[in-house]
Amino acid sequence: MTEQGGVGGSAPRASTDPGGTEPGRPPFGKVIIQAIIQGNSVVVTVAAFAAAIVIGGLLIAFTDPVVLHAWSQFTAAPGNAFAQAWDSAAGAYAAMFEGAIINPHTVASALQYNSISAAFQTGSVSAIFDPLSETAVNATPLIFAGLSVALAFRAGLFNIGGTSQFIGGALLATWLGFGVPLPLVLHAIVVLIGAFAGGAAIGWVVGALKAWTGAHEVIVTIMLNYVMIYLLSWLLGTSAMQRPGRADLITPFIDGNAQLPHLAGPSLRINASFLIALAAAAGVWWLLQRSTIGFEFRSVGANPRAARTAGMSVTGSWVLVMTIAGGLAGLAASAVVQGTDHTLTFQSYGTYGIDAITVALLGRARPLGTVLAALLFGALHAGGVAMQGLTQTPVDIVTVIQALIVMFIAAPPLVRAMFRLRGARAAGPEQALAKGWNG
Amino acid sequence: MERVSSLAGAITEPLQAHRRLLAAATFALLGLVDILVFARFAGHSQATFALSLPDAQITVPSLHVPAAPTAYALGAVSLAAAVARAVREPSQRLRRWLIAVVLLCFVISLLCWADAGKIPLNLVNLLQSTVAFSIPLVLGALAGCLCERSGVINIAIEGQLLMGAFGSAIVASAFGTLWLGLLTGSLAGGLIGVLLAVFAIRYLVDQVILGVVLNVLASGLTGYLYDRALVPFQNTLNSPTTFPAVKVPLLGDIPILGPIFFDSTVFLYLSYALIIAVQVGLFSTRWGLRARAVGEHPVAADTVGINVLATRYRNVILGGLIAGIGGAWLTLGSVGSFGKDMSSGMGYIALAALVFGRWTPLGAVAAALLFGFTSALQSIMATLNVPIPSNILLMAPYVATIVAVAGLVGRGRAPRADGKPYVTS
Repeated sequence: MTEQGGVGGSAPRASTDPGGTEPGRPPFGKVIIQAIIQGNSVVVTVAAFAAAIVIGGLLIAFTDPVVLHAWSQFTAAPGNAFAQAWDSAAGAYAAMFEGAIINPHTVASALQYNSISAAFQTGSVSAIFDPLSETAVNATPLIFAGLSVALAFRAGLFNIGGTSQFIGGALLATWLGFGVPLPLVLHAIVVLIGAFAGGAAIGWVVGALKAWTGAHEVIVTIMLNYVMIYLLSWLLGTSAMQRPGRADLITPFIDGNAQLPHLAGPSLRINASFLIALAAAAGVWWLLQRSTIGFEFRSVGANPRAARTAGMSVTGSWVLVMTIAGGLAGLAASAVVQGTDHTLTFQSYGTYGIDAITVALLGRARPLGTVLAALLFGALHAGGVAMQGLTQTPVDIVTVIQALIVMFIAAPPLVRAMFRLRGARAAGPEQALAKGWNG
Repeated sequence: MERVSSLAGAITEPLQAHRRLLAAATFALLGLVDILVFARFAGHSQATFALSLPDAQITVPSLHVPAAPTAYALGAVSLAAAVARAVREPSQRLRRWLIAVVLLCFVISLLCWADAGKIPLNLVNLLQSTVAFSIPLVLGALAGCLCERSGVINIAIEGQLLMGAFGSAIVASAFGTLWLGLLTGSLAGGLIGVLLAVFAIRYLVDQVILGVVLNVLASGLTGYLYDRALVPFQNTLNSPTTFPAVKVPLLGDIPILGPIFFDSTVFLYLSYALIIAVQVGLFSTRWGLRARAVGEHPVAADTVGINVLATRYRNVILGGLIAGIGGAWLTLGSVGSFGKDMSSGMGYIALAALVFGRWTPLGAVAAALLFGFTSALQSIMATLNVPIPSNILLMAPYVATIVAVAGLVGRGRAPRADGKPYVTS
């Protein structure tokens, strides 16, 4: 987004390197220093993250009753006021880290055992990896949904419809999961395909409406989100979907055959869905960078009129890209239904659809970037839950940090000004990712 | 209208004839539903509509209609409209009338069927809650109108409503004055407006993305502060009272119309004022002409000496202030306390109303009323025990919007420079 534009940035990633690959390239250290001074996209990303963490920390500290009390006696003990503020924010972030990456206490308790096998048997080894497993589990739907948004971005479309596509995939996948008896392996695959198809159908509606009538995808996707939410609420209450004997909106459990296997034992939630997500990212990369269809997508995204002049079908690309994007968002439902929950409730769709937009933006609409961004936000979510449990800091702070990161990343001049970085180049208008109402 | 430069326009141009037939088919479909569903299943009983509230001074006798014949007749009217639409492309004005007639026929037959042989349905009550439910949608759509007419897309209406609801609840409850709460709600909406303006105009951030992210920010921020401050201090920070209904003297006593339009909270009267202000301001004042010029052709506006960026800043922030009032309605006009994500998509419906109403204030108000009506209808239908799932009814405004943006009921055009940052080189 900074140097080469998020859309149509088909040039190899190395070109973002300000040092370039000319003969006689400067030493590596100099490249890094230059990058920091000039504030290239990686540095801006890190700086944006840092700024969001600082603002989040201030918000945590100055809404903490203990801290506010200390500050009310600022004149008596100014040092204490600062110390309390620091403790509050640092404590919350430390709890977040322990919930997302590694918790020293679990390591210490595992080390108490004499033999490795004893540590394994008591489950204290898997307890060490529990935070990382939670991060991966939280990241998996975000990878799928983020890829969905990123892929649409590259074709010049803004997919806010992750929620509707998630629900479409979830409904079909869950129904196939509990309603159709099939043998092992085959059942899981059928349900997986069902999740893709359910999401793809919703995505297709968006693409087809845009292609045939010019209806703007932003409005259509937002409206479809609500249509699907009400459809979900209705279907979950019907006898076809509701779990017998329950009054709330929940389906029966899907068959054991349809569930995705755990990767590291039953006590850790990480499951095969994470690997499928990584494979999907690789697939999207291949599609965009190595296939003819992907080239058309990127051309349509960069300049639809030029793409049409070159003989590409703009409308055809719109329909196809929205179908695939919808399918990817549907796979996010598979991660939840087949991977972790094994059932569908009215809350299952969560905020994946909107979070996916922030993930794709942070990942600069590239597959690898999207995976990394999803892992970061997955870690924030996993850590946020742990933080709420330990320090009573509401988990919503994660949403605030997430939004701040994306806002800062979208405005590199602001971040450069905050950190006194020199502008990389005379900054022209950023390449627009989404297009206004007039297409 | 020359739409050659717009790609979407170029693609949709050959679809004009299709659209005419599709619109006619939609009319015919609605007419057939009137006849085949509502009229057929209404039975031989009567539908009764009460036309005055129980405590009205002048009571209007209730209306008794034979349910099935009425629905048959209205269905026939819709079919006639479909034929008229299919035969020849009517003028813009006639087209709007046809849409209104067909929708009205549909709604009345629906009501006939729903109420056939049951307790009287109070129409005044229904329309009163329609108007009430429409207030945040109207104010949100007006906010969007101000922004988008000057060339800044406002997806952040949802966030502005939410912040307005949050700010007004806290201040009204902490200081015990509703008016201060209303003012704070407006300012809180304006705050999101400021963020939208600065990031969109100064930092040239993509406006659609920015709007979505601002909504996430507002949702996270209010959700965080709600858990942190409002839940533990529910009594002091989150229990404002609501504005009382104020009856306008004389006008409020008019049968039927009085209770609907002139017996409500201050929010309704504020909305009247703002609707008039925005409509007159945009279309009959120098300021409005300049704002619209900036939204259509900023280069030309700049050339004749209009400050493009200042105009946009002003309109976006004004829009935020208006949407903030709509947010204040959620707490001070309706529920009486703040709840997490209580705007629940109303900002997006307001946006849809704006698009539905073709970026005009009055069109947006009409669309907002239509959406408000479905909400009111849904809550009344629940009491009538009608065999339509309420979820299906709740889908109606969203499906209608999709149908509208798909151009089946005629196509609006956004301001030409909407969403495009203005950069002087």
